Amino acid sequence: MHIRSNEFKARAAANLGDAKLQKGLGLIKVKAVVNRANAVAEFGDFETLREAGKQIRNRALADLDLYLERFEREAVARGAVVHWAENAAEACRIVVNIARENGVKTVAKSKSMVSEEIGLNEALIEAGIEPIETDLGEYILQINDAEPPSHIVMPVIHKTAEDVADLFHEKHGTPRKTDPAALTREAREILRPKFLSADMGVSGANFLIAETGSTLIVTNEGNGRLCTTLPRLHVAITGIEKVVPTLEDVSTLLRLLPRSATGQAITNYVSLHTGPKHIDESDGPQQFHIVLVDNGRTKLLAGEMREMLRCIRCGACMNHCPVYQAVGGHAWGWVYPGPMGNILTPSYVGLEKTVPLPNATTLCNQCGSVCPVKIPLPDLMRKLREEQMARGLKSWPERLGLALWGWAAQRPALYALGTRIAARVMKGLGGAEKLIHRLPLAAGWTDGRDFPAPAGKTFRELYREKRK
Amino acid sequence: MSARENILGRVRNALNRKASPADTAHIDAHIAAHPVGMQPPRDWEPELRFRARAEALASTVEKVSSLQAVPDAVARYLVVNKLPTSGVCWPGLRHLDWIGAGLGMEDRPARGADLVGITGCYCAVAETGTLVFLSGPDTPAATSLLPETHIAIVDTARIVPFMEDAWALVRAERGRPPRAVNFVSGPSRTADIEQTVTMGAHGPYRVHIILVG
Repeated sequence: MHIRSNEFKARAAANLGDAKLQKGLGLIKVKAVVNRANAVAEFGDFETLREAGKQIRNRALADLDLYLERFEREAVARGAVVHWAENAAEACRIVVNIARENGVKTVAKSKSMVSEEIGLNEALIEAGIEPIETDLGEYILQINDAEPPSHIVMPVIHKTAEDVADLFHEKHGTPRKTDPAALTREAREILRPKFLSADMGVSGANFLIAETGSTLIVTNEGNGRLCTTLPRLHVAITGIEKVVPTLEDVSTLLRLLPRSATGQAITNYVSLHTGPKHIDESDGPQQFHIVLVDNGRTKLLAGEMREMLRCIRCGACMNHCPVYQAVGGHAWGWVYPGPMGNILTPSYVGLEKTVPLPNATTLCNQCGSVCPVKIPLPDLMRKLREEQMARGLKSWPERLGLALWGWAAQRPALYALGTRIAARVMKGLGGAEKLIHRLPLAAGWTDGRDFPAPAGKTFRELYREKRK
Repeated sequence: MSARENILGRVRNALNRKASPADTAHIDAHIAAHPVGMQPPRDWEPELRFRARAEALASTVEKVSSLQAVPDAVARYLVVNKLPTSGVCWPGLRHLDWIGAGLGMEDRPARGADLVGITGCYCAVAETGTLVFLSGPDTPAATSLLPETHIAIVDTARIVPFMEDAWALVRAERGRPPRAVNFVSGPSRTADIEQTVTMGAHGPYRVHIILVG
């Protein structure tokens, strides 16, 4: 996927005026956020559950090598083939090779963010293999000229039913309909024969279970079950960080994931897969391949961003983020939007290609307070900002401004004098209405609103007066 | 160096380890003990809880006193809801008197065009109103997945409180999970278009649960 993260400001500005997108984003506040809050309240002590989730993920990461080796041993013992991919290109090559060696022509895909991350669809198409996205949202995007998703759980949150109606009418050549239920049935009827004839199913894995060598996926639509049950091959692609020790550990995480994502106590389907089918079974794949992808994850493990690897991809951080709610996921310009994207995108594709992202935040900690595995997202963003400053990736006015401020802040007498002058000048600028319409050097701020003028004295002056 | 060795090598570097410690005793011990983590309070009776949660997830639930009463219950459900009276059932259910109830049920795995699928289940989880299916020659997954209507027969003695209890049952009775373990909680659904919940995305439009006990 082409990285457009450095265009954040321009794309965000455009999205603010996009009425359809704003309608979809408005629904997040009244649906996803409210549904989560209700599910959390219904559960009871969700805070203790979050702490338990954090501990489980930390346990896995603290011995990641051992748990991966154990996972591999158990999976292979059950007849799965385990592949390791260092980067996106290698992961794509592995999947394409499996397809080629088995004469695969069509691939039914269940939703997988790692497959988006590695650009799997493009690689399959290049190799002459047809990928078919079967998650309704991902299918809508695929037939709309492979448009990227704007949310990790609700990929077409930026589209209205009217948009989908137009798209299906155009691409399917069927009578136009706008009812979501009728549109869903139309997609079902078009995709069903494709499931039945696909040679290979590709899924992600929400978790890998070291104890049993199993992959686990959660879905609501049932497409994940179809992709892993009907085709003669199943390939599961996921990141190396997804391993958890036991079935009990994954049960705890399953109490956190759907509640945080959509406010469900459990997704409609939870599927645990261990090895290929038995000779006497009527369904299931003859071959089961698992592709473990690094693609930057070991770098996270080694650095200050390690806590980000606890992420279980629920999307709660973006649902609750005031910046995401205002500008939508496409502004982030890569696979992972919102607060998680502010950390993952710079970490995976490079800080220089994603300069605006660690700054696309108010640091309000809405994200950190809902994260089911308690990732301190604002702290991580702040660390990335520091790294940007240290590497000279910020614009020169910002660097100069901060350098000047830093110099003055270390000289208290000078600083006090400076703020005394500034407070008086700004009071003068405010005039009788006590509002500043235009601030030099901060026009971007005052273009949209007035700046309340200070009272004319600094805090230190007022404090001194009060103490007398 | 293979990708595997490179990746594991980088993991070890990140964790400040020279090589993979030969002693994996602490992870082996955790896996062997597989301790149960945090569960919600159990202030309910499993059968009532299962029923309430399954209905909340848009399944319908009824109860009969014996397996022999199931075909008539199925017939009533299908007729009242104006649904087709023929379909497929799991091989283990072939001995039930479907014909006597006026139904045509073939004991083979479901295909794309079958409209009604009747299955048993391995066990059920009260906490979430969930049906648990294990793969195997006599329990084809397609039967609970492809038809528009899925009817599941649940022995009330097989309703366990929590998901962890289902794993415990699998370990005790099967030793290890079979190829596929599927947890099913209500009809297939999607909310991808305008976050409007819609049933029957790819799997069944409706799930009817017949409790036997």
